[in-house]
Amino acid sequence: MKKPLGPVRRAFSPWDNPSEQPFIEFCNVTKRFGRVVAVDDLSLKIYEREFHALLGGSGCGKTTLIRMLAGFEVPSEGQIYLQGQDLSGVPPYKRPMNMMFQSYALFPHMSVTKNIAFGLEMDGLPSREIKDRVYDMLALVRLEGFAKRRPHQLTDGQRQRVALARSLAKRPKVLLLDEPLAALEKKLREETQLELINLQEQLKITFLIVTHDQEEAMTVADRISLMHMGKIMQNATPGEIYEQPNSRFVAEFLGDINVLDGQISKKQDDEVQLYSSVLGDHLDVHYPTPAEVGDHAALAIRPEKMRISLDKPEQTDINAIRGEVWDIAYMGDVSIYHVKVAETETLRAIVANTTRLVQRPITWEDQVWLSWDSDAGVILLA
Amino acid sequence: MIDHNLSSVGLTRTEPAPAPRHEPEAPENTPTNPTGTWGRFALICVPYVWLLLFFLIPFVIVAMVSLDEVTVAVPPYLPVIEWGRGVAGLWEAVQHWSLSNYVRLVEEALYWQAYLSSLRIAFLSTLLTVLVGFPIAYGMARAPRSWQPILVMMVILPFWTSFLIRAYAWIGILRTDGLLNQALLSVGLINEPLFLLNTSGAVYVGIIYTYLPFMVLPLYSALERLDTTLTEAAEDLGCPPWKTFWYVTVPLAKPGLIAGCLLVFIPVMGEFIIPDLLGGSSTQMIGQTLWVEFFSHRDWPIASAITIVLLAVLIIPILLFQRHETRRSEEET
Repeated sequence: MKKPLGPVRRAFSPWDNPSEQPFIEFCNVTKRFGRVVAVDDLSLKIYEREFHALLGGSGCGKTTLIRMLAGFEVPSEGQIYLQGQDLSGVPPYKRPMNMMFQSYALFPHMSVTKNIAFGLEMDGLPSREIKDRVYDMLALVRLEGFAKRRPHQLTDGQRQRVALARSLAKRPKVLLLDEPLAALEKKLREETQLELINLQEQLKITFLIVTHDQEEAMTVADRISLMHMGKIMQNATPGEIYEQPNSRFVAEFLGDINVLDGQISKKQDDEVQLYSSVLGDHLDVHYPTPAEVGDHAALAIRPEKMRISLDKPEQTDINAIRGEVWDIAYMGDVSIYHVKVAETETLRAIVANTTRLVQRPITWEDQVWLSWDSDAGVILLA
Repeated sequence: MIDHNLSSVGLTRTEPAPAPRHEPEAPENTPTNPTGTWGRFALICVPYVWLLLFFLIPFVIVAMVSLDEVTVAVPPYLPVIEWGRGVAGLWEAVQHWSLSNYVRLVEEALYWQAYLSSLRIAFLSTLLTVLVGFPIAYGMARAPRSWQPILVMMVILPFWTSFLIRAYAWIGILRTDGLLNQALLSVGLINEPLFLLNTSGAVYVGIIYTYLPFMVLPLYSALERLDTTLTEAAEDLGCPPWKTFWYVTVPLAKPGLIAGCLLVFIPVMGEFIIPDLLGGSSTQMIGQTLWVEFFSHRDWPIASAITIVLLAVLIIPILLFQRHETRRSEEET
């Protein structure tokens, strides 16, 4: 029915092209509420047709940022540009972007049709055209049979789609999504995420989504800005931000990660050796880092990149350390082994349960080897 | 620790036997239980008996008196039904009933003009309390959460003083040598004191002052529930603030608006203290006419007829409101 979008999306990377003009640009934007700094000297470029996610915990400033773009909040400092045009002083009702609210904010006194038509009527479009567009939108979100219903007569999922249709009806240049799927149950949420991606490809509109759900951000977004305390900690594609986190905060925010503190003991180009005093061992890392010998650093390895075995691995060009199985969490698809490698250090290894586990060779209190390739981990300095 | 042994995770699991279905215990006070039926009946009766004793019977008496003829006696109307003679006594009275009082209400300008004047004053006052009350209620609803109880308190506070005292206070303010004229004279805005008391303006001031809380409170409770993201959503969709107010805020405040209008319109229609104290001879409202007929002229039959017509006039907006409400609830189900 629909073509898989993978190849198309891989090819899309305007942010790598220095001559590309940003579609939306935040320039040193700060927002203070009294003494609280919600957004702190933040700069961000978002490109045309990009699906950009602002990811972060509550109070990280992501909602404030999107509300400033929509015009509901005025930046204390800095400028926001849309297609090179300064948006300061432009009221929300004159900005060519529409927002889908977390609560959906559907007008309870209007039918589904009226809700979707609201923005078009405000623009004074001829009623014939309004009718056509409302019909198109209803078809787009597959709610043709619900045109006359009031919002309270719909399910959560239907309300969500009406809200989406209403925010797309005016064909905005940018669609702002403020936690759009937070109210949906898990299965529906996952389906809707894929629908959002398809919709964005189909409509060729720039999407900016605010979410606290890292899986959601990883699923839908071309690029993710991970926010913390009003600043962007890292802005990169889902793959980069997961595999090459630039800080311990980013590494630990996204998924699970083992972090070993240590000191750089040897360095030759990208070949680094890190001495971990906890393990009493030198670990080989292949990772480009500006750190020099003697610098304090940390090695971070994702648990799924760890291997676990009863016997010592035969390869010599990998890192291997001894430990004792302390705990096993059976998750169905995977099992997480908590391996005690030192008195104060427990590392986690994730093993996919590829067999039906008729017999499991590794169990509690087994003496095991944890091993990983030298290019499996990353060096973190902050 | 989490058991990861598959045999205990999945393979040995058996479906729990379906729980034995509970026989529904016969609840007490079902209609089959005779004492329960009587208990329920007695309970339901209380409001009906109340309405019968204090509303329906007095209403019927007033309706009957309105068909009588005035006389100088105790009671001051004819015919008096001789209940001792049973049906014959009632029949004799009925034969003497006439609609002459109602004819008088239509024929004599004094009466229908008083109705019209009351309607006009009630209508205009309702409109004015909406215009004054809406911004107040809106401001209250948008004030910081912690202020709102204080603001509500300030709206209610005047009720702690007697209504009559407050009405007299307005005389003190509006009099020719009253506070307002003194203040305006001392500031130099006017050279001659203004004639404020005993004008229809004074009546409106008094009515708006008195009935404002009845408009503000229901409006406030409707506006306070209004989700601010709805107005943001409207603006986001290209609706400037003044239009948002008209297309979103007002429709969603409609239940409060209607309740407030009824709470103002109905009592103002029968108001007689405010026009009497502040309006003097400049206004004649139906409430004053009623008072004069009943107490000064001791013409109970015409006073009763005035009451019945007033009731009929007031029932119309109430029925309109009820129809609106039922249609709304039908839409929602």
